[in-house]
Amino acid sequence: MVRLALFFTCLLVTVSIPAKEAAPAADDPVLEKRVAGLASELRCLVCQNQTLADSNAPLAVDLRNQIREQLKGGASERDVIDFLVTRYGDFVLYRPPLKPTTLALWGGPFVFLALGLVLLFRRIASRRGAAPELSAAERERAAKLLE
Amino acid sequence: MRVAWVVAIFLALVALLAAGLRLNPREVPSPLIGRPAPPFELPLLGAPDKSFSQKDMLGKVWMLNVWASWCAPCLVEHPVITQLSKAGPVVGLNYKDAREDALPWLKRNGDPFYASVYDGAGRIAIDYGVYGVPETYVIDRRGVIRYKHIGPLTRDIAQQEVEPLLKELSAGG
Repeated sequence: MVRLALFFTCLLVTVSIPAKEAAPAADDPVLEKRVAGLASELRCLVCQNQTLADSNAPLAVDLRNQIREQLKGGASERDVIDFLVTRYGDFVLYRPPLKPTTLALWGGPFVFLALGLVLLFRRIASRRGAAPELSAAERERAAKLLE
Repeated sequence: MRVAWVVAIFLALVALLAAGLRLNPREVPSPLIGRPAPPFELPLLGAPDKSFSQKDMLGKVWMLNVWASWCAPCLVEHPVITQLSKAGPVVGLNYKDAREDALPWLKRNGDPFYASVYDGAGRIAIDYGVYGVPETYVIDRRGVIRYKHIGPLTRDIAQQEVEPLLKELSAGG
């Protein structure tokens, strides 16, 4: 029993040790943090389901260097995002902006939610209205069964 | 009635997904179309001491083809580029390549380029929004990008999209 408890305690201890973060490549941890923050918001265009932070495609490495260079040169996060959007379009953003072309994207879920709610309420209402009343014969039968 | 509804919704979903499958996620609409071609001043591939700029092409309808010797699809589209070079000047942008690989590649496969510039770091390619070689641009007389194709050009695309556009741009003013 004690052994089992010890085993599980050990298991918990090993699980709760977090993996060590990869050491930043450059010597400025604040800058690296900003680069990583931006890179995780941006899509790698070569492997489209990865962020620039995750991807090791040569272009992603280049773009990360580009981001680092620009931030080092005093550019803001906004500036860097604008730089990439003018070259690659809104597609690089993992958070698409709200524009006429993206209205369906942003509004779609709410439309479907409203549609679902309407259907739900209509169904509930129709059920309530159609709750069957017992006929006289059925009442008699029920009474007989209950005796 | 209810079955009809379920079938209708199912079919609508199938139609939606079928349409989605037909789209090519690689074809990212370029924000550069209709905008001036990003400026560059790059050394020539064959002569590092000489440089070439997009300004040198002002007044001409031209194509920019981004390629590399390590890029297999570039080799596939090379005959199409060669064909297109008869319809108008094509400037080759050699992307993240080594001169000692790129020059023999051109010697082996033919050099259709009006000029070849060398972008070893891929810096200018970033300005052009390149993310997968080959990529081909059509730029008009005023230096405005009018068309971009991502991936290898096929004969069909060249004949149906690029050549008519070149003709139209060359005819108009």
